[in-house]
Amino acid sequence: MNLSFLIHIFLFPGLLFAIPASWFYVWGERKATALMQRRIGPPLLQPFYDFVKLFGKRTPSRRGIEAKLLLLWPALSVISMVSAMAMLPVFSYSRGFSGDAILLVALLEMPSICFILAGFTSGSMFGEIGAIREAILSVACNVVFLLSIVTVAVTENTFRLSDFAGVSWNPGHWIGVFGILLCIPAKLRLNPFSTSSAEQEIYAGPLTEYAGAALAMWELAHGLEWVALTGFVATMMMPVGGWWWLHALLFVVISFAEVMLLSTFAAATGRLTLEGAIRFYWRWAAILAVLATAAAVYVRFRP
Amino acid sequence: MNFFKRLMHRSRLKSPFLFHINTGSCNGCDIEMVTCLSPRYDVEQLGIRLEGSPRHADILCITGPVTRNTLEAVKTVYAQVCEPKAVVALGSCPGTCNVFAGSPVIVGPLDKYIPVDVYVPGCPPHPDAIIDGIARAAQILADRGVPEAAKGETQK
Repeated sequence: MNLSFLIHIFLFPGLLFAIPASWFYVWGERKATALMQRRIGPPLLQPFYDFVKLFGKRTPSRRGIEAKLLLLWPALSVISMVSAMAMLPVFSYSRGFSGDAILLVALLEMPSICFILAGFTSGSMFGEIGAIREAILSVACNVVFLLSIVTVAVTENTFRLSDFAGVSWNPGHWIGVFGILLCIPAKLRLNPFSTSSAEQEIYAGPLTEYAGAALAMWELAHGLEWVALTGFVATMMMPVGGWWWLHALLFVVISFAEVMLLSTFAAATGRLTLEGAIRFYWRWAAILAVLATAAAVYVRFRP
Repeated sequence: MNFFKRLMHRSRLKSPFLFHINTGSCNGCDIEMVTCLSPRYDVEQLGIRLEGSPRHADILCITGPVTRNTLEAVKTVYAQVCEPKAVVALGSCPGTCNVFAGSPVIVGPLDKYIPVDVYVPGCPPHPDAIIDGIARAAQILADRGVPEAAKGETQK
């Protein structure tokens, strides 16, 4: 456990950066949607106010293992997202906290698994419907997500995150990045893949029974998912070498540009049914992903 | 009045989440309430959000003259909203039963069963009046459990 590791976890891009950034990104998404709908939208501090307010709510008391589990799922999501942030190779090769893409994929999948488990633990009918939808959607989009990671890995001939980072002129790298971008809306439960948390339609999905501080943790975990997923793609688009502050700045700018892109996509589309979402990922995206992976493998290992 | 209490007061004022129940309304007030979320009135700039679950909500917006069938649901949902909470009675119906008064299936008015904080009369009320009512409810919500000293701060 060295100093660089601690800095990555607690300062940048870990806790101290990630939490304010998650509020800022969530605000950016809400504000952009509002502006696209010709509204004024929430003030800059809105996600922060929501977070503080939720901590001041008196929640219903529960007893037994269920109460502990209901608190464990959001806490686990937040912890795994902060760990995922700490792994991102924002700075050039030498400084990155070394880890591999397999661990990052596992950490990025944690909030989705916790979301499913939360739905089942809550015992709410709407929670269970939401959890089933999330489970199916997660299976649908992860095929494309994993194939995209494999495409990049084959192109770069490694699973090390620090070698994923940086701009590359290899088409395999960019096809992989595009594939990952295509999966982010489903992972963030944005339109058109918002069936699992479908507001109003199934009340609040798996979070129907959540209130107060636990709900605040979920909101935080969701914000951190925004930061981690857009940050992961941002590290794959940044140039290698140069000043560290320029890297940090570019990281934020590219991530925020992705937030704008995703919110435009979400505002421009309506909610697909579960079948529609699966059809999108398995019929169109998966075929392209398989072709991309096959092409990357061929190019890499051709005689 | 320490910093954290002041922060909590301000946060409650700035982020009221709504949950809407229809207790046999004719849908006039419901349509006017949904209008508040539209680009013309845009309540999101006050931090107001319509939530899907009563557990997430701070302010309960109730429309309709409370029919016999919906009474238990209203009581249950009121109990499901976590403290601190406020109740807004939208339209004339929850306040007075309006033209439905005297009907055998109407058991209202609402304040016989749960405490109401703000009445927004009208049949239906104007969206501006609804927004004003919700802002007043947010003020009441923020002032609950906070000492007198902080009560001066209002929603801008």
